[in-house]
Amino acid sequence: MPFKYFGKINFTPYTKVDKFADYLHEGKLMGTQCTKCGERYFPPRADCLACMSDSVEWVEYSGEGTLLSFTKIYIAPKGFEDIAPYILGVVDLKEGGRLISWIKDIPDEEIKMDMPVKVVPRIFEEIEEIKLYYTIEKP
Amino acid sequence: MAVNIFSKQVRHLKVGIVGIGHGKFGNRSDATVQELAFEPFKQAIEDTKNLRREDIDALVVGSVPEYHMQRSLPGVVAEYVGMNPQSTWLTEAACGSGSAAIRTAYMAIKSGMHDIVAVIGVQKMRELSTEEILALMGRVGDVQWESIFGTTFPGYYALYANRHMHEFGTTKEQMALVAVKNHHYGSMNPNAFFQKEVSLERVICSDDVAFPVNVLDCCANADGAACVIMTNETLAKKFVDTPIWFTGLGSASAQMSVLRRPNLVEIPSAIEAAKQAYVQSGIKASDIQVAEVHDCFTIAEIMAYENLGFCAKGKGGKFIEEKQSYIGGSTPVNVDGGLKAKGHPVGATGVSMTTEIVKQLRGDAGKRQVSGAEIGLTHNVGGIGQYTFVHILRR
Repeated sequence: MPFKYFGKINFTPYTKVDKFADYLHEGKLMGTQCTKCGERYFPPRADCLACMSDSVEWVEYSGEGTLLSFTKIYIAPKGFEDIAPYILGVVDLKEGGRLISWIKDIPDEEIKMDMPVKVVPRIFEEIEEIKLYYTIEKP
Repeated sequence: MAVNIFSKQVRHLKVGIVGIGHGKFGNRSDATVQELAFEPFKQAIEDTKNLRREDIDALVVGSVPEYHMQRSLPGVVAEYVGMNPQSTWLTEAACGSGSAAIRTAYMAIKSGMHDIVAVIGVQKMRELSTEEILALMGRVGDVQWESIFGTTFPGYYALYANRHMHEFGTTKEQMALVAVKNHHYGSMNPNAFFQKEVSLERVICSDDVAFPVNVLDCCANADGAACVIMTNETLAKKFVDTPIWFTGLGSASAQMSVLRRPNLVEIPSAIEAAKQAYVQSGIKASDIQVAEVHDCFTIAEIMAYENLGFCAKGKGGKFIEEKQSYIGGSTPVNVDGGLKAKGHPVGATGVSMTTEIVKQLRGDAGKRQVSGAEIGLTHNVGGIGQYTFVHILRR
């Protein structure tokens, strides 16, 4: 599963962490962990920021976390106009690390800072081509 | 000039500004990018006593290349303004490109490699549509993990704003007051894109862009150019009676991705760059008498007050509410209208800020003069905080 399938529009089809897309397709949210110093990364990195080792292994993330911030995008960039307005959230993951994605199926008035959320691997069903992503949902 | 740089002893000499120029910012569909660059370059030479174009031995261009149809900007600018065959190059640090160019020019002069350097910050953004600009600017976040969800530049600052509101009780009204102030001063600046006052109600009721950021919380994409001419202490007096000296040049970086930042309520590169500039200048934040800060969004100016130490962390909203950033307050900020009223031709902005501080320190700022100002500061942020340049200038 090439990395180009990750995202509504993908800007980086080639990466050393392309297995991320395979795992996401299997319904798993994976980060990396340095085999030398044990530092964990989400988003995954192929090279350890802390000790500069280039040896990392995949580790599964629960997807649990809390909402650090959010915004509702009314004026969307090219390629996203069809889904606007959409709500973007930033999640601090339970195991460390952070991600940004769309908040799905939570009414606007119920979205609160620091609320517990769950990140769920998804596939765009309304698009013929395979497009993988994840959403921020109620736990 | 091109003398043997290894024999020169110039490192102990101060570096200062001897000429400034500022073109009209706004929708400049009347001019090409090199024609825009020519306007402030000509003004800056005429602003000096008797500097000739051929005295300038290098041209540094600050710009973000992706906006232009023309590739390799220094080439076309150097030719059009008549700088061939002198050395020329581009610096890029997103919206901090202009200050990055000034930093480069400072290094070139301080090292003795060049004696007199012109810096032109120039940008023509309106060759692209708003949707194209939003897509382009959204990609100043991490494209691998963020832009694929349709992030936008206002969206990133909205994430900061929302968190700042949550942690410190900052309000939409306080953010709107930044716009009210900057448009007030912008109404006195003939080079500004927008020269009209706006009311608090109008800002708050303006269209949603990215909650909690409304359209009048955002600066506008613009075309424009600004120029400064810099040299060392020995040469400066020949060209101007009141050179304005650099006493501190702080510069720092922060993570490209907001996903790896320590928090979403401050710009860490700004805090670090400010610290460097204050230490180099031997002064503290309260010594700054006039400041130009990077108000690409109203929340950005509120964070700048805090990150520069004009007020305590979390008190930025209160600072504008109490009018501390107006002339007469503790630290007047963006009294030329800021990015909000002037417009933000990204590569030109840092140079534009510098020209305003030079005017203020010379006492030439007219109706918006901060009386008796001798120490000024520029704070120029690139991208969503990846780069910040903080320069302190002194009369």
